[in-house]
Amino acid sequence: MFLTLFGILVAIAIACHLAGRRRSIALAGSNYAALHSLPGYYGAWLAIMTVGPALIVLVVWSIAAPNVLRSMVLSQFSAQLATSSVAQLDGFWRDIQAIAFGGTAGIRDAVRSDAAAVLSSRAATSTTMMIVLMAAVGVAGFVYAWNAIAPAFRSRHRVESVVKVLLAVSATIAILTTIGIVVSLIAESMRFFSMVSPIDFLFGLTWTPQQMAFRADQVGGTAAFGFIPLLTGTLLITFIAMVVAAPLGIMAAVYLSDYATPKVRAVGKPVLEILAGIPTVVYGFFAALTVAPFIRNSGHALGLDVSSESALAAGVVMGIMIVPFVSSLSDDVINAVPQSLRDGSAGLGATKSETIRKVVLPAALPGIVSALVLAVSRAMGETMIVVMAAGLAANLTLNPLEAVTTITVQIGTLLTGDQEFDSPKTLAAFGLGLVLFVITLSLNLVALRVVNKYREQYD
Amino acid sequence: MNSLPSFETTAATTAVPTAAVHPKITGRNVNVFYGEKHAIKDVNVDIPERSVMAFIGPSGCGKSTFLRCINRMNDTIPICRVTGDIRIDEQDIYDRNLDVVQLRARVGMVFQKPNPFPKSIYENVAYGPRIHGLVKSKTDLDEVVETALKKASLWNEVKDRLLESGTGLSGGQQQRLCIARAIAVSPEVILMDEPCSALDPIATAKIEELIDELKQNFTIVIVTHSMQQAARVSQRTAFFHLGIMVEEGATDQIFTNPVDTRTRDYITGRFG
Repeated sequence: MFLTLFGILVAIAIACHLAGRRRSIALAGSNYAALHSLPGYYGAWLAIMTVGPALIVLVVWSIAAPNVLRSMVLSQFSAQLATSSVAQLDGFWRDIQAIAFGGTAGIRDAVRSDAAAVLSSRAATSTTMMIVLMAAVGVAGFVYAWNAIAPAFRSRHRVESVVKVLLAVSATIAILTTIGIVVSLIAESMRFFSMVSPIDFLFGLTWTPQQMAFRADQVGGTAAFGFIPLLTGTLLITFIAMVVAAPLGIMAAVYLSDYATPKVRAVGKPVLEILAGIPTVVYGFFAALTVAPFIRNSGHALGLDVSSESALAAGVVMGIMIVPFVSSLSDDVINAVPQSLRDGSAGLGATKSETIRKVVLPAALPGIVSALVLAVSRAMGETMIVVMAAGLAANLTLNPLEAVTTITVQIGTLLTGDQEFDSPKTLAAFGLGLVLFVITLSLNLVALRVVNKYREQYD
Repeated sequence: MNSLPSFETTAATTAVPTAAVHPKITGRNVNVFYGEKHAIKDVNVDIPERSVMAFIGPSGCGKSTFLRCINRMNDTIPICRVTGDIRIDEQDIYDRNLDVVQLRARVGMVFQKPNPFPKSIYENVAYGPRIHGLVKSKTDLDEVVETALKKASLWNEVKDRLLESGTGLSGGQQQRLCIARAIAVSPEVILMDEPCSALDPIATAKIEELIDELKQNFTIVIVTHSMQQAARVSQRTAFFHLGIMVEEGATDQIFTNPVDTRTRDYITGRFG
């Protein structure tokens, strides 16, 4: 229904555009230059005024109608439903929808059939009303705009202000979504912190949410929600990843920007960036099936005790994964260092390597630092590699050869499977999410500040 | 401009350079190719020691290209090929055994746009002496920096803020910082590629004054678009046109009594 109406509106809009265009040209007659705006703007104005209000009616009605219908039908049957809980009301509503519009109803009884009949007749009325209203506002808009078209009419200004509103609405939607996510994250975290003390969460040294009883009738162990082991696990893996990625990435960037011939660069840079296109899950089984056993076997050969899932394996593979991230951003900032500085240094008798070490890299340093900080926040948010290569055991350790776990992995584990949504066990995921969000947000802010400082220096 | 440019009687123009002065730099049959393009054709030139030689000519005439041959800055351009013979103190600078890094320590360069490193004023000047290992101690380095800044007439303006960034100076100060940076390595030759083209007239006057002082210790080769500047600062002038060195001689002769009609047309403003 919605799609059909939407299609019709699009067709009407195109027709109106052509009609408005033609009318403006006809009105201008031989004095074409007297038209205030290009003919296309008159067409656009007519189309907007005709279809715009109808479209708004369509969208608002489609969103509001189901809720209005629900309360109308449920209040009509309130006598029969007086004792129902919220969940039962939801079930009742689903059933009558299924009976009325087709589908599988859980329960079919007389009350539900009656209600479904009421619903389908109300729904039909609602649709008719909506179409009538759309046609009415559409015709009104069309008549108003049609009469407004005249050579002196400033249609360009009108159309541009409509476009400006559209742009503002788009920006608002993006911003509101972000705010919505943050607010719900905070709200759910508050629920979690009302069950588990924030002190225990932020400073506790054991993480054993799986000990939590599933249902009230189960006997559970003592669940502990200390997030420190997860934080150390995250930091350990991130640190290992950066130890791999920072030197590799920066040196690759220096080679590509200052040493490679144009041919090598033309091939090398895209190939390096392909690394960034590999799905992380592929890196994950690469880590679990190739790197982890390799590390374990070499460890055993050296007489070390390495668990088959280790922070080292996950960190190394994650480091490889973010190399292109570091190298690509660093390459950009190194290239942004003006050639005149390189010439100035060469003109003083510096070798290429002295020029790079003492002039180019220091000049590019703020940009490189921000690239590294962004890479760190990327590494902290990575989940799949850690799930596969570092395990789920929340060990509080700094030994890279042991299994550890990270914040993101635990969020994933807490929320998978059949869970009740009001137990601390599930809500802990929101607490973890909030902490992770705060960490990456502050890292990004730091990176942004450094980048801005860098810009000031060159403009 | 239909009349010949007027001359200010500065020390620069009254000192008469003679071919008898021992030439510091000699170029014989120098040709430069950028890929297929023949940018410099058979240039022969003698540049006398401790004096200022100006290269003038319209844009694209090859004067900067020739300048950049003297410290082999063209080496950084892969398609560029230089043939012929350029010698400094009789030594072939395109010799296989010559280390280009050592050459550039002897032949400093000042560029068109001031290009101080984004480091402190002190570090800018100390850069050259450090990489060449010219000084042993911090005290020596301080002294080298101070001397270089003094020689570049910048010391009084920056002595209280040596640790501030070199990029924070004004354009003219930045250019003098770049000159100080070149001087600090104690070169024998200083090449200047349109050093005043990005500067205002007052800063330009200061640089010209400085060039005049520097010629007592250094051999200076300057490329300039301003004929007045060439007349003011140089003892000898070479006019380049379409990759050929049309005429070369004492500056006052070139400007008052040029031999070639192309030189005459250029300096009287008939073309270029």
